[in-house]
Amino acid sequence: MKPIDRTEVQNAIDSFAGQDVYLHLETTNGAYATHVDEAFFSAGAYIRNAFIQYEHGKIVGDGPYRIGLKLNIGWVYAEGVNHFEMDEQGRLLLAGLDFSGKLAVSMQLSPTPFE
Amino acid sequence: MEKERHVLVIFPHPDDEAFSVSGTLALHREAGTPVTYLCLTLGEMGRNLGNPPFATRESLPKIRKKELIDAANAIGIQDLRMLGLRDKTIEFEDDEKLTSLFTDAINELNPSLIITFYPGYSVHPDHEATARAVVRAVERMEEKERPKLHCVAFSNNCIDELGQPDIVHDITAVEEKKVATFTAHRSQTEAMVIDWKEKFENQDADFLDWIRKERLWTYKF
Repeated sequence: MKPIDRTEVQNAIDSFAGQDVYLHLETTNGAYATHVDEAFFSAGAYIRNAFIQYEHGKIVGDGPYRIGLKLNIGWVYAEGVNHFEMDEQGRLLLAGLDFSGKLAVSMQLSPTPFE
Repeated sequence: MEKERHVLVIFPHPDDEAFSVSGTLALHREAGTPVTYLCLTLGEMGRNLGNPPFATRESLPKIRKKELIDAANAIGIQDLRMLGLRDKTIEFEDDEKLTSLFTDAINELNPSLIITFYPGYSVHPDHEATARAVVRAVERMEEKERPKLHCVAFSNNCIDELGQPDIVHDITAVEEKKVATFTAHRSQTEAMVIDWKEKFENQDADFLDWIRKERLWTYKF
């Protein structure tokens, strides 16, 4: 993964618009957040292989970025996104890595199901 | 350390073994005892991807699989089994399915010792769910047939509630293998092991105690 190039990411988002795609969306503080700091309220969510189609999507902000996808009947969005990769399987992998490089948010789109 | 017939180790994530009992397992292997390691997942949800990142969410499992194999080799484990479950989902699996996975392994291998986490005192939901299922599998055996069950605990309240660990293994004799096990899990440990050489050279007392003493609790049914 490399730091986000907004134009490249926008082009990738555009290329998936209007077609069936599989979505991976995840936010996490890590499973040890409350163990390390008992005052920390740990929360996160995870969805893998949601089957969606979006009308259009946007990357917004100056970095870290926000990315939103408008669906026929709803929305998908992620914030804190700062790294990306178009992998060899044609998947758009987006991630938000914190100041120590740990993954905090992940949003991925693929024309085929994720393993 | 008692000589065992067969040691069965059950953990959910590649690297759980490194932190908890890599020295203990290396000592068992050096004594000629067969060790079977059931590793439930490939740590797919690990947050460390390298800094700068050399892995992605999707490549991480492949990288960690290779790391796990290297770690098992560093310890000398001759029977590593990857069970193909998914990181952070163990507690949502069918409880009976998990229990029977472990019952089957016990029946096949007839271990004299099982090592896993201590239910209630092992922090990560996958650790807890794995431990509960191992305890269920052992509990169902006739009392006199049961292997010993040694558990890893590290929750903040573990000493208060369980007391001091009744088992402490000094693994200094195999500490190089332990370091090699940590190093094998590069994607997860790279930032951690960076100052270890210095700590060894400075004879850092806290560090040496942490790496050379492996602490376990005998499970109380």
